[in-house]
Amino acid sequence: MVEKKRRTRKTENNALPLEGIKVLDFSWAITGPAITRGLADYGATVVKIESLKAPDVSRLSTPFLDRKPGVNRSAFFANYARNKLSATLNLSLPRGVELAKKLAAWSDVVVESFTPGNMKKWGLDYESLVKIKPDIIMLSTCSQGQTGPGARLPGYGFQLVALTGYAYITGWPDRIPAQPYGAYTDFIGPPYGVLSIVSALDYRHRTGKGQYLDLSQLEASLQPLGAVLLDYDINGRVMERQGNRDKSFVPHGAYPCQGEDRWVALAVTNDKEWKGLCRALGNPAWAGETRFTTFLERKKNEEELDILISRWTKGLSAEEAMAVLQKNGVPAGVVNNPHDLREDHQLNSRGHYWEFDHPVLGKHYCDAPASIFSKTSARPRRPFPSLGEHNDLVYKEFLGLSDEEISELVIEGVIEIT
Amino acid sequence: MSMLDIYRALELGDEKSLLCGKHLADLGMDVIRVEPPCGDKVRNTGPFYHDIPDSEKSLFWFAYNTNKRGITLNLESATGRKLFKNLVEKVDVVIESFPPGYMKKLGLGYGSLRRINPKLIMVSITPFGQDGPYKNHKTADIVNMALGGFMFLTGDLDRPPLRVSFPQSSFFAGSEAASAVSLALYHRTRTGEGQYIDVSMQQALVWTGMTSRPAWDLYHTLIKRAGPYRQFATGTRQQQTWQCKDGYVALVYFTGRAGIQSQKALVEWMRSEGMSDEYVDNVDWETFDMVTTPQDFYDRVDSVVAVFFKTKTKKELYDGALKRRIMLNPVTDAKDLLESSQLKERDFWVELEHPELGQKFHYPGPFVKASGTPIQVKRRAPLIGEHNEEVYMKELGFSRKEFLLLHESGTI
Repeated sequence: MVEKKRRTRKTENNALPLEGIKVLDFSWAITGPAITRGLADYGATVVKIESLKAPDVSRLSTPFLDRKPGVNRSAFFANYARNKLSATLNLSLPRGVELAKKLAAWSDVVVESFTPGNMKKWGLDYESLVKIKPDIIMLSTCSQGQTGPGARLPGYGFQLVALTGYAYITGWPDRIPAQPYGAYTDFIGPPYGVLSIVSALDYRHRTGKGQYLDLSQLEASLQPLGAVLLDYDINGRVMERQGNRDKSFVPHGAYPCQGEDRWVALAVTNDKEWKGLCRALGNPAWAGETRFTTFLERKKNEEELDILISRWTKGLSAEEAMAVLQKNGVPAGVVNNPHDLREDHQLNSRGHYWEFDHPVLGKHYCDAPASIFSKTSARPRRPFPSLGEHNDLVYKEFLGLSDEEISELVIEGVIEIT
Repeated sequence: MSMLDIYRALELGDEKSLLCGKHLADLGMDVIRVEPPCGDKVRNTGPFYHDIPDSEKSLFWFAYNTNKRGITLNLESATGRKLFKNLVEKVDVVIESFPPGYMKKLGLGYGSLRRINPKLIMVSITPFGQDGPYKNHKTADIVNMALGGFMFLTGDLDRPPLRVSFPQSSFFAGSEAASAVSLALYHRTRTGEGQYIDVSMQQALVWTGMTSRPAWDLYHTLIKRAGPYRQFATGTRQQQTWQCKDGYVALVYFTGRAGIQSQKALVEWMRSEGMSDEYVDNVDWETFDMVTTPQDFYDRVDSVVAVFFKTKTKKELYDGALKRRIMLNPVTDAKDLLESSQLKERDFWVELEHPELGQKFHYPGPFVKASGTPIQVKRRAPLIGEHNEEVYMKELGFSRKEFLLLHESGTI
């Protein structure tokens, strides 16, 4: 089947919404860098401030080229740092803080994700920076926000997924919670960061005013859980984990297919889809039995129904099962593993995988943003930066420091060179 | 003053467009949800107020429509579509989540709408995007979480892969769409140009896979789901969710400064209560590397920590974590969240009134604290057609007689 690509990502040099916007990026790990990635992808000049002695933990994250760790060898880091620049700066020295302030004066936006209090300790908090650049927009993001009893507790998404309520509602009712994979809340927060910063830029363009944005990942992560929280506030009910069940739909779950660890997920949400499911299964005799004819009956006999459906899915590949079910109007999808994702026709038709080449990591692929714009789509502009790769560009060109000034700063250890 | 209060949007479709409009409305935008005359089907989604199924009592509707106005309009009628175009003249943004091609079939696709309003920004939110082999696929949340790669990685290996028990996929798409709209608005502010945005929920979900897709690319290995464990690409795993006296807590060991301090503090705490042992006491966290550490190290240390956690409640462990700066969080439920002292001190909960129910409820507050233009969650979700008079009579200028005719003809 020929796919007509009517709306593909432009590869020519279309305009980008954040062209000319300068971002000073102190963030590290996942959430902060995902926010600044969202800005870099759309044209901002993002200068990532790094330390040789304590590199961003993401630079030390698997997978590595040839399984050998190295700060410029992580394909995970590559995905978050593409389109950015890197400069080293030692903030523990007074001249380092001075230099950071010069960078702030050059910037439109400052982003940081340290434990609350650190930026203030260095004299780089909003109150200090706004004296240097009155219309600066600064965003701080951390697990629980800048204030409150939990503010100073460091944390990553791995714990936050528990504090935000997501771990409790994931898993089997008869087992310990399974928690969503990975640092789940690290993927919920970033769009809120981009939305806040870009809206603040729009406001600033019209009014000349900047501001401080305190993004608590806990508070952002609770936004999608509104109905669950109201259910407790209004009905006194605590939502429990339900495996793959849904109280409004039956059948609803993941069913085993041919091959190792292959599954198809399906959901029947109305009578029409139930009839479609029966057709897909070849109208088996059991489908007409009283215990399955109505929604209420199906709910009562859900376990049996799941077993019967599994017998059918086990005879097919996940792709075949999805195709037959879709053909009969039943919501169904392969439980895509990472290999499937890489080959997925739909993702590839969207130009989802950006190819980059990096002097150390070599050829690698990154994930594109989820939106295609008719005029200002994001595009790959440069691969992730090697640590400190842009010291010259940033200090000489952007800040206008002389060669002598830079040498001095290098000797003092303010600018670390690789 | 709010960041986006000079803008106005029309929002329509199903549950996939709700969160995008809500967050733009949080930022001050005048977002008008356009529903069919009998109300959106989404209003049939539970849970319900006191479990009374009613299109004005859906908590799902309440949660994701705060700050919006609501009107009714029948797009299946020619007059209705004409009215929609009149409204489009007066707005900056249209947010929709109908199946690909539906708006175009009605003559309301971006191509038509931008002729009426050249500066319009239109965003379409769908499971896979406007084009491609899956564009007409039927989906539900569990199907989206499967095709987006999330499910394969979640759950216990000896059972089917899992989704989160509360639907997630629409919300990933919604917040992505809101951020995309802000980018398009800013571009328009600088250049005067409107444009069309095509959001794919599947692409947004792929990011939840974290290291797993790059791990496939480089190692040709698949990260397997590991239930309450954290699984590395190298095959080792560490306990992430732990049983405690009255529930569960989350903790993992980390390389790096914060991890070193956290692990040392945990060992010190266990030691102070006589619950550590020589092996654990002698671990050098400074040289610990979470990725290359062999499995037997984790199993050995975990066995000691597991016993310690079982002797304490969630509250005791979290209070200790706050005091000693251990990176531990309790596995909280909805009750814990409503009672959280952190959220209370942050003034996170907002009380919104529902006059027709004679009650006030606690809603999640702002997603960000903005110093210059604070976000305000001001108003509960609209009733069906609540702002019809305001919009059709005051803003579009229909007389009451005409307004009644529009209603009686089934146009609104």
